[in-house]
Amino acid sequence: MRIECPYCGSRDSREFTVLGDARLADRPDAAGPGALGRFVAYLHERDNPAGLHPELWYHGAGCQSWLIVTRDTRTHRIQKVEAARDLPREGALR
Amino acid sequence: MRYSALSLAWNALSGHTRWQPAWRDPAPKPYYDVVICGGGGHGLATAHYLAKVHGITRVAVLEKSWIGSGNAGRNTTIIRSNYLLPENVPFYEWSMKLWEGLEQDLNFNTMVSQRGVLNLYHSDAQRDAYARRGNAMRLHGVDAELIDRHAVRRMLPFLDFDNERFPIQGGLLQRRGGTARHDAVVWGYARAADSRGVDIIQNCEVTAIRSRNGRVEGVETTRGFIGADRVALALAGSTSLVATSAGLRLPIESHVLQAFVSEGIKPFIDTVVTFGAGHFYISQSDKGGLVFGGDIDGFNSYAQRGGLPVIEDVCEAGMALMPRIGRVRVLRTWGGVVDMSMDGSPIIDTTPVRGLYLNTGWNYGGFKATPASGWCFAHLIATGEPHGTARGFRLDRFATGRPADEKGVGAQPNLH
Amino acid sequence: MTRSQAFRLAAGGFVDRARPLRFTFDGRPMTGYAGDTLASALLANGVRLLGRSFKYHRPRGLLSAGPEEPNALVELRKGARREPNTKATTVELFDGLEAASQNRWPSLRLDLLSLNSALAPLLPAGFYYKTFMWPRALWERLYEPVIRRAAGLGRAADGHDPDHYEQAYAFCDVLVVGAGPAGLAAALAAGRAGARVILCEEDARLGGRLLSEDLEIDGLPAHVWAEEAVRELSGLAGVRIMPRTAVFGVFDGGTYGALERVTDHLPVPPAFAVRQRLWRIVARRTILASGAIERPVAFAGNDRPGVMLAGAVRTYLNRFAVAPGRRLVLFTSSDDGWRTAAAAARAGMEVAAIVDARAAVPPAVMALAPRGATVHLDARVREALGGRALAGVALEAQTGRQRIAADLLAVSGGWNPNFALASHHGARAEWCPHLVGFAPSGAPDGMVVAGAARGMLSLARCLADGWDAGATGSETLGFRPVGARAFSAEDEPSGVSALWHVKGGRAKAFVDLQNDVTVSDVLLAEREGYRSAEHLKRYTTLGMATDQGKTGNVLALGILAETRGAPVPSVGITRFRPPAVPVAIGALAGRHRGREFRPTRLTPTHAWAQSRGAVFVEAGPWLRAQYYPMPGETDWLETVGREVLTVRRSVGFCDVSTLGKIDVQGPDAGLFLDRLYINTFSTLPVGRARYGIMLREDGFVMDDGTTARLAPDRYYVTTTTANAVRVFQHMQFCHQVLWPDLDVQLVSVSDQWAKLSVAGPKARETLRGVVDAGSDLSSEALPHMGVAEISVMDGIAARIFRLSFSGELAFEVAVPAGYGAALAARLMQAGAAFGITPYGTEALGVMRIEKGHIGGNEIDGRTTAADLGLARMMSRKKDFIGRVLAERPALTAPGRMQLVGLRPLAAGARLRAGAHFLAPGAPAHAGNDEGVMTSVAFSPLIGSWIGLGLLKSGPSRLGQRVRAYDPVRGGDVEVEVVQPCFLDPSGERLHV
Repeated sequence: MRIECPYCGSRDSREFTVLGDARLADRPDAAGPGALGRFVAYLHERDNPAGLHPELWYHGAGCQSWLIVTRDTRTHRIQKVEAARDLPREGALR
Repeated sequence: MRYSALSLAWNALSGHTRWQPAWRDPAPKPYYDVVICGGGGHGLATAHYLAKVHGITRVAVLEKSWIGSGNAGRNTTIIRSNYLLPENVPFYEWSMKLWEGLEQDLNFNTMVSQRGVLNLYHSDAQRDAYARRGNAMRLHGVDAELIDRHAVRRMLPFLDFDNERFPIQGGLLQRRGGTARHDAVVWGYARAADSRGVDIIQNCEVTAIRSRNGRVEGVETTRGFIGADRVALALAGSTSLVATSAGLRLPIESHVLQAFVSEGIKPFIDTVVTFGAGHFYISQSDKGGLVFGGDIDGFNSYAQRGGLPVIEDVCEAGMALMPRIGRVRVLRTWGGVVDMSMDGSPIIDTTPVRGLYLNTGWNYGGFKATPASGWCFAHLIATGEPHGTARGFRLDRFATGRPADEKGVGAQPNLH
Repeated sequence: MTRSQAFRLAAGGFVDRARPLRFTFDGRPMTGYAGDTLASALLANGVRLLGRSFKYHRPRGLLSAGPEEPNALVELRKGARREPNTKATTVELFDGLEAASQNRWPSLRLDLLSLNSALAPLLPAGFYYKTFMWPRALWERLYEPVIRRAAGLGRAADGHDPDHYEQAYAFCDVLVVGAGPAGLAAALAAGRAGARVILCEEDARLGGRLLSEDLEIDGLPAHVWAEEAVRELSGLAGVRIMPRTAVFGVFDGGTYGALERVTDHLPVPPAFAVRQRLWRIVARRTILASGAIERPVAFAGNDRPGVMLAGAVRTYLNRFAVAPGRRLVLFTSSDDGWRTAAAAARAGMEVAAIVDARAAVPPAVMALAPRGATVHLDARVREALGGRALAGVALEAQTGRQRIAADLLAVSGGWNPNFALASHHGARAEWCPHLVGFAPSGAPDGMVVAGAARGMLSLARCLADGWDAGATGSETLGFRPVGARAFSAEDEPSGVSALWHVKGGRAKAFVDLQNDVTVSDVLLAEREGYRSAEHLKRYTTLGMATDQGKTGNVLALGILAETRGAPVPSVGITRFRPPAVPVAIGALAGRHRGREFRPTRLTPTHAWAQSRGAVFVEAGPWLRAQYYPMPGETDWLETVGREVLTVRRSVGFCDVSTLGKIDVQGPDAGLFLDRLYINTFSTLPVGRARYGIMLREDGFVMDDGTTARLAPDRYYVTTTTANAVRVFQHMQFCHQVLWPDLDVQLVSVSDQWAKLSVAGPKARETLRGVVDAGSDLSSEALPHMGVAEISVMDGIAARIFRLSFSGELAFEVAVPAGYGAALAARLMQAGAAFGITPYGTEALGVMRIEKGHIGGNEIDGRTTAADLGLARMMSRKKDFIGRVLAERPALTAPGRMQLVGLRPLAAGARLRAGAHFLAPGAPAHAGNDEGVMTSVAFSPLIGSWIGLGLLKSGPSRLGQRVRAYDPVRGGDVEVEVVQPCFLDPSGERLHV
């Protein structure tokens, strides 16, 4: 597989490590009621779709960027690659 | 017709024209007591034990393709019960006991071959970790031996003992471990279940689970709706896809695991060997092919195919361990979609939908678990209670904090 | 013995008669020519019997002239270079080649296991699933050993592979797979367009079927045209031609795996040359021009040596100038087959008969019949007769049954497009009635299939299709258009009718020759319900042999379709799995074997330690000094004891550079670390360090280490050696993914700093001889956990951390990595008066266990901070990674296994890590398992083995006794539960 790193260009997937489901970027709020349930679901439950799947990849042997790679799990075709730090998100800590 | 040397000889007289199909090819009925989704080893074993142990025979096994087309036919055929944790050891040992009597139970030669499984260690810390595991096995009444470098060398003189990056110090040996013929396991269970009245329905894909008021009613399939009192999922890598239709989000990711077989060569590897300093395990089949594998590719996949990085990684480890195989050629590689769980251990449990049962999370280890998985799943479906050896495989363990994490790497499936 | 090369034609072919090459087969010396394959050379010498089949040990000869060969497998070379199952048809002849037949005993001619043929009625497909079950114990003891003795074909090499391999990358715009007519035309078009082209050809010689056929292109003989095409391609700057290179797999993202057989055509690789090279070719477009493979026909005795594919006969005649026999019968259902009769007649062979299963053939085809050949239309070969060689054929002709003497039977059932690579990504195949075969109906991203590989079977169409693929492919990539091009070439007849199986005959009719799968096996599988194509394959082993079903798979489907009276595609579709050609494991591994299996990381003091005779140990990727034996010391325990006592009584030092080191800077650095660690770092004063624990999000301990604050906005984090990479990645995740709003930057400085830990009561005095004047090492200036930036050894910038792992007064001194060895040498000088010793990882481990510090054995991924006695460190005032899930019920429940110390009751009793704890007197049963010994050491200070362990409710059981039960090593030691810290629990030694 080749991944188009926004900083480094097209690179072999062996330069990267993959963490998985990009929902791991949406860490729940630790305060308030129900935090335990939210965290259990956040860490353990996955959509695991057959189709487009946004996921977290780390360019460890390159620019050390965490990327959100949107990839089709049926064909391994990559639709887009974005730097994780640039994405707006909810559920940030403060 | 019973299979035996005698029946083989008798049929030879008529040119083998009188053999009957190993299983029937029935049309689906409108309703079953139990519908099992997934005609792999686990689903078929579940059907067999439901019929044989619990007397439940109005059972259908639905398979989207041909039986055994998933991971049952795409693995490295290793059987073993060399686990560490109390959640796992009794279960896999029960599986081993069932393997030991499988041919007689099924009247089908599944070629269970207890040729030994040897896990090599390459450091003091790894030795102590294997001692810990071996001692846990012994406490559970499972055979385990810790052997040193010299004993490994006597067993496998062709390993690289001279120029190793990570010197072999010894190994944890389970002599009762070994291999079984994967397709035969599928066919044997299918034939045995069929003989007790179970309908095995191929080319019938389950597209959704139908439920009402929190109670399962049956399954939608490519061959129409099939009603059922109980629906059991044994879908390995496809579990999430079907479970979603019942509103379940599962602690499962589907990953691709590759396996490899070489051209047939005269047997020289008599045990199953795993390398402790890389991802590599190998055995040699009764046809002479080297059967080996390694790590998963690491990313979610439903594609049943793997990439070159893992192929190279596996062969690198193979050459580091046994440089004698350098000129042996890889003949086929294939990828199976495995159901990686969040702690590397399986799930056999009820679900929030009444009458819907779940059997998933087999990670790398589904093949060796086949008999016990079927046995315990059948027990759960028939009695509503988890089997004694599968109590650690409940779905709520992530909420309560009781993961069965053999590797100790946490909730990241691609590390298990 | 026959005259040398009695079957060599007097002229023609692409062999160099001026370069004779000597070789042996089963020890028999023979001669061939440069340009021969082993197969053609054997054939030239009249050798017809080349191998034995897998199951019945039937005598076998050549079926083909290429990689589809199922029969002619040999063991090539000897000893550690022995290559089993090597297809004689793909081996380039070299001088001194040694080949041996395989899977026979005692000899190829007299093979005792051919008795299996007599038992054949008892050995139908899958017979082993029905028997060998009783009695159970005999499977491992008798049945399986007997089966395994007969298993396999050739033998693996005798020793470690002495040759070298390598892996390489290549990039191109257009990859062309196959250098037959379509591939050459495609490469020409793309090359002229200016694209970067890689042309891979499995064969040593480019041209493909052009080398085997007697055809013309643009007025030139086809092989001359091919030579000119190759000459032009060689002159194009962007074109790279890779002969002897087989593309074996399609991978994601336009990556192709290819195997280059670099020196397989030489007796041994020359110095510094590899045997084979694995290429990962990244291509924007790929043109698959892999041709087609001829299909045999199933009839009785179709496996006898002398039964050969018709196209292969032409290859031997035209390319190698070898007559595969003297008297030919042709059996065909395709127009193409007739060309063989013509070629044979031209070569001077006697063509006894042409047998075509079709009732009529076009006049142009009929015209190919040589004079004197009897033509039988609507006729079939019922049986090939003979023993170890073909003696004749039995015909079922319109004129009745008859026998014809012949030593060569050429067979053609049509051609199967070879598009295995196109189907690796799941592209379907579709049935093409005009081909009587499957053609690809899709291809992986970026690939097009051209020429015979997609069913274009005439030369003119192949050339035009290839050119079009090359031109269109390069144009879509933005290269200049080269337009269409017409080739003047023959559009030779390529009609074919389905002919799968001829019934009748006494002998077996084979479908898969190597695995001995017969027509009746296929029908038995059908009868027993193994009806899907995959069940058929698996039950009968059809297509599972080294030829990967290249000739048998479609044939089997055709036979089944005929039996069911159903169309072929309803029976099944052949699927191909990578690799498209078998690839040596050594080639896939490349250089990564032996010591080079994985990189070896060396510490900055490695060479220095080596010069002192240190013993090294693998620690993950690192090689670390384990201990430093002195003359007269007889075992490692003695050395380690001396090192420990020297540190405890005076001073020693240890290289701890392997720890992970991360520089964290920015206004939010303190806040960032507070979120990573269970304890607080934002309150840490500048110039001080603090021990920290980091959890995974699931609440279990991930790593520990000390972090120093160098400036208000600058921290220096250390991790354990084992987790250095992982923790840095985790911190980057937290920063970039979870909290990108925090103003903080991270950089790994693990490799920038050499770090030596100087420990012992004389550590300060030793260091005074190392640090530059003005550096104050007093407890007032540098208290325990104090940090300072200083200079050492005359002006070298350094950092000094007053940290202790050993429990002694200790300083970690960090200098730029290049000065590590100099620092070690200087320490030896400075500490000489105190008897300083370097110490290794063993002594380090002993002292940490004496102090009760946790290590990797305790942080096993299943322990909580509380399990390790660190509950008090967990801040309640803030969120941090792992805080919420650490509160899950089972993680806080009583009765968990927790850290304790253990001492044997019997003096001198040895403890071992991995032992399990049982209550005294409790039976050894899992239900009584109370925990595990995690770390042990012999403490020279205490004079006893000591251990750390995880014991159920451990801290509340101090003073109790438990058994340390270690059956796998025969150990069973009674131990007392004690505090984990064995030495100086109040820490007085730290504060001197």
